[in-house]
Amino acid sequence: MIERKLLLGDEAIALGAIHAGISGVYAYPGTPSTEITEYIQAHAPEVRSRWCTNEKTAMEAALGMAYAGKRSLVCMKHVGMNVAADAFVNSAITGVNGGLVVLAADDPSMHSSQNEQDSRFYGKFAMIPVLEPSTQQEAYDMMPYAYALSEETKLPVLMRVVTRLAHSRAGVTVREPRPQNSLCPETDRTHWVLLPANARRQYASLVGKQDSLLASSEASPYNHNKSDIRNQTSPLGIIACGIAYNYVMENNPAALGMPVLKVSQYPLPEAAIKALATQCEALLIAEDGQPLVEEQVKSLLGAGYPLKGRLTGDLPRMGELTPDCVGKALGVTIEQPYVQVQNVMPRPPALCQGCGHRDVYDALNKVAAEYEGARIFGDIGCYTLGALPPFRAIDSCVDMGASITMAKGAADAGLFPAIAVIGDSTFTHSGMTGLLDAINDGSNITVIISDNLTTAMTGGQDSAGTNKFEAICLGLGLAPEHVRVVVPLPKNMEEITRIIREEIEYKGVSVIIPRRECMQTLQRKLRNKKK
Amino acid sequence: MKKDIILAGVGGQGILTIATIIGDAATHAGLNLKQAEVHGMSQRGGDVQSNLRLSTDLIHSDLIKQGAADLIISMEPMEALRYLPFLNNEGWVVTSSHPFKNIPNYPDEEALTTELNALPHVASLPIEDVAKENNLPKSANVVLLGMAAKYIDILTPEQLRESIARVFAAKGEKIVEANQQAFDLGLAAVKQTNPTI
Repeated sequence: MIERKLLLGDEAIALGAIHAGISGVYAYPGTPSTEITEYIQAHAPEVRSRWCTNEKTAMEAALGMAYAGKRSLVCMKHVGMNVAADAFVNSAITGVNGGLVVLAADDPSMHSSQNEQDSRFYGKFAMIPVLEPSTQQEAYDMMPYAYALSEETKLPVLMRVVTRLAHSRAGVTVREPRPQNSLCPETDRTHWVLLPANARRQYASLVGKQDSLLASSEASPYNHNKSDIRNQTSPLGIIACGIAYNYVMENNPAALGMPVLKVSQYPLPEAAIKALATQCEALLIAEDGQPLVEEQVKSLLGAGYPLKGRLTGDLPRMGELTPDCVGKALGVTIEQPYVQVQNVMPRPPALCQGCGHRDVYDALNKVAAEYEGARIFGDIGCYTLGALPPFRAIDSCVDMGASITMAKGAADAGLFPAIAVIGDSTFTHSGMTGLLDAINDGSNITVIISDNLTTAMTGGQDSAGTNKFEAICLGLGLAPEHVRVVVPLPKNMEEITRIIREEIEYKGVSVIIPRRECMQTLQRKLRNKKK
Repeated sequence: MKKDIILAGVGGQGILTIATIIGDAATHAGLNLKQAEVHGMSQRGGDVQSNLRLSTDLIHSDLIKQGAADLIISMEPMEALRYLPFLNNEGWVVTSSHPFKNIPNYPDEEALTTELNALPHVASLPIEDVAKENNLPKSANVVLLGMAAKYIDILTPEQLRESIARVFAAKGEKIVEANQQAFDLGLAAVKQTNPTI
């Protein structure tokens, strides 16, 4: 049965994976990847799909499922790749048994992120195939292709998408699902026990596969030059990677006499690139993210061959590509009748009215004002918005869990009071180990675990530690009298500020847990009750 | 034939519902469609927009080029102005006239209204008031869709009306009727204020 559905890029990936016969999806929520796992949870009860504590646990669980012979998917945002990196890179050394696809959703322009790192580098680093769909249809079609490639090469496959594809809808033609693999655990231990002697052998095997990965890219249905003018000489040819292909095509390169090589599978198809270079006097490289292909093509064609791209300034060095900036690089001019706009001001996001984080920052600001040297180390979540007016409450936000460990390091240096603010889900993601460090070292820090009972920033997914925070803190060795729980409401302000003061004055690690449900999830529950 | 639409507003105002209705209608009509949405941090009271592209031909880019949009549909007047650099020469702005002030430096309202009304093709209405007066306080966004229907002329108003029935079907018949009524109010309002068009 062939059916056409209107799907987000993320949903197309999810449905593609379901139809490819996955048995499990493992993920920690992160924009713009969250909707993949949510879709599978809502539409495929036969697939294991509970949220994981972080990207590393997700990656390892997915590898375990692949070890057992079944197909698994692991999804994360780009910075999650850093958390999963140890398991990810080594999964290329062990190889896989059942198919394994790692989905990394990059965020060029940092719409909801701290950086715009390009996950394709991780694929090159781990020396595995990378797929980069241009369209929602391709995202769907590539999932069965990716699993077949993974099982054929016995390697994990990285699929990289960007925000603009993940969060854009289009019609997708879907096909018959394939059944799941049956349980068929690996029998050879030497592949999987990465003692140095085995690891060296496995790495040699990975290096040995590189030629066949290149051959696969050269023959890939996703790398092609379909231009009618592909055999004519041209002053400029275009290499268009992933979503950049759409922005190139929007500018009608055929009318400009420019042949286009579409690249959606890596390693780069070197022969196709050389053929295009021979036919053209110069090449433009259009890629969303960092100039990975541009650098490689430069070394492939030699310094004398004229290239245009992000490194040469023909395209912006940073930020996501648009049809406009690509058009400009192709010499296409645009007409803009309404450029002069006057009465428009920026409208930054803000914490919701009635949100408990607001009361936490009100209290913290009050107490911090009493200490000249006070610094508040923040973390990743809705409460990062506490950095903006009217609160301006936090002094740092770096990566998941860094609030606690940075407060520890600053306290070690003599800073007082060193206060950490971390959300419930971020605490279980990457805060617990840092808290153990601080407890073992007797650091003088005050940690606020602002618990709204959910992973709020990404839309209210289950939080791994709900109802367990006091037990976790006590289990890590905190003194019971320094684990304090409060309800963040304006009427409790006096009690909250008093407790913060007391715990700042305590010369050791203390944890204060302001706990009140997220307004968004609360309202959703009330709406559902009414129905 | 193509119709490139920018939907604008403030996080939580319901622009994605408008996008869903138009998207459903376009899919049923067999049109090609691409719709880029904003998820994540900006949804918390920040400015949000969605690029909605409908066409009888293949659509390449998920994003609309500057100076190429045929229509801006906005839940908020300042947000309508924000996307003017994307509007083409003949393009229309259909917007709520009611400011949503959640920032301390919101522009002077009179200057804002003057700038908006100076545009050659603009339809604005206090849609929240219209919705409230008709006892449809939750359907202001669908009133706006009704106002825009005439300019989304790649689809007929009837196709959009049918799509409202499908999109709200799960919420019950009363909600469907309320939203169709809101749609009709918007449709009629534009006819009254711009009888010549």
